[in-house]
Amino acid sequence: MKWSRRHVLDTDDWSREEIEAVLETTGAMVEILQRPVRRAPPLRGKTVILFFAESSTRTRVSFELAAKALSADVTNITASGSSVEKGETLYDTVRTLQALGGDIVVMRHASSGAPYFVAERTDAAVINAGDGWHAHPTQGLLDAYTLRGALGDLKGKRIVIVGDVVHSRVARSDINTLAPLGATITLSGPPTLMPAAWRRGSLPPCVTYEPDLDRALEGADGVIALRLQKERQEGGLLPSLREYSHVWGLTEARVARMRPNAPVMHPGPMNEGVEIEAAVAHGARSLVETQVTNGVAVRMALLYLLVGTPSLEAS
Amino acid sequence: MPQPRTVLLNGDDVRRAISRIAHEIVERDRDLSALAIVGIRSRGDVLASRVREAIRTHENAGVPLGSLDITLYRDDLTRIGYAPVVHESALDFSVDDKVVVLVDDVLFTGRTIRAALDALVDYGRPRAIRLAVLVDRGHRELPIRADFVGKNVPTKPTDDVRVHLVEVDGRDEVELVAREAVSA
Repeated sequence: MKWSRRHVLDTDDWSREEIEAVLETTGAMVEILQRPVRRAPPLRGKTVILFFAESSTRTRVSFELAAKALSADVTNITASGSSVEKGETLYDTVRTLQALGGDIVVMRHASSGAPYFVAERTDAAVINAGDGWHAHPTQGLLDAYTLRGALGDLKGKRIVIVGDVVHSRVARSDINTLAPLGATITLSGPPTLMPAAWRRGSLPPCVTYEPDLDRALEGADGVIALRLQKERQEGGLLPSLREYSHVWGLTEARVARMRPNAPVMHPGPMNEGVEIEAAVAHGARSLVETQVTNGVAVRMALLYLLVGTPSLEAS
Repeated sequence: MPQPRTVLLNGDDVRRAISRIAHEIVERDRDLSALAIVGIRSRGDVLASRVREAIRTHENAGVPLGSLDITLYRDDLTRIGYAPVVHESALDFSVDDKVVVLVDDVLFTGRTIRAALDALVDYGRPRAIRLAVLVDRGHRELPIRADFVGKNVPTKPTDDVRVHLVEVDGRDEVELVAREAVSA
């Protein structure tokens, strides 16, 4: 397959072939990260601008390591301490990014759709590193890669996603990536944290909702716990964190309901003792650290694929 | 328009060439314990595996085998207009102080070998790197030469040299397809 995408904004319209192409390229990148010299030259002379208008350490560092491993120059624009904090509009920031002449802009923004706004107004390729509640495509891809590493072919595998689905760009991107690979997804979590239409039963194909986590986990092939934002309780969507943890937290007894060795994942950072018990987070089934390592390789794969696609202007 | 096609090596020729290259490699570097064979994907790795088998048969000695994908090291990545598929390299031994014999199917401009040399040194510091190719068709663009050659073939720059191997293509054969340069 010849890669032809210019941006990575959302995976909701990706074909299975495109997802497979990224996963295969990721495999090659994993190998590079295991060499004595963890660096290859394909992005030499290219500039990657990391524009994180919402706080993030691990995703930003992951992209930074990925870009450097491919020999790109990397520069950071963060919201705090920059003109964004002084009230610069997104449009002004885009104009600045354009003038700086980056080849790839990796951006995280609290507003859903912000990467689309930037992609339409710059010559650079744009990678969405998380926008509001909308999408986090690299997380979906790295979760798919990690699950494939643990389970092999995902066809017919059933993965449980538990937690605050309605506010979760991770849940949406996981569904968009895992479903085309043949997996089915069981969502679980409080009805107040499910999209209203999904709660009422009009779900995307391959997705079901089972509010009882014990039942959802029975015989499952893997589980992804979502981070519970503590402000949800203040917003009145949860009675208390203790109750959430009691009903929807991953405990050893609960994960034992899955198939033997079925993996446990979490996009991080984890609230241990809330959505996941420490013993599970660091237990034998946990792939949380593998996710972090694979994240660098997935981002390398995307940077490599995008830099090969000429901008509309150039082509 | 039909393209004139010449068979350069048939199945037996390929077998003999590999066998001879294996002998020459061993003659050149008697110390088999320091030897390693590394093929360049996607046909050099198949040839590398056959060279290793030939050394095993002739010398009753196993040598480490690896494969390199050089896509990320190509010097034309920004020119071709899309990102070519990257495959995984597999080098699960240390190349430090080894005599590494790189194996590829056709030696032409030398740019693939340049890329392979760059890739290889990211794995360590071999004592020496040598080059074995099934066909050397000339027209080098870089100062690179092969140490072991199956067959030297004079070609035009516009010709196409196609290597078919049983493992990939179902038959062993090397053919030359003459392609008239497109007139302007």
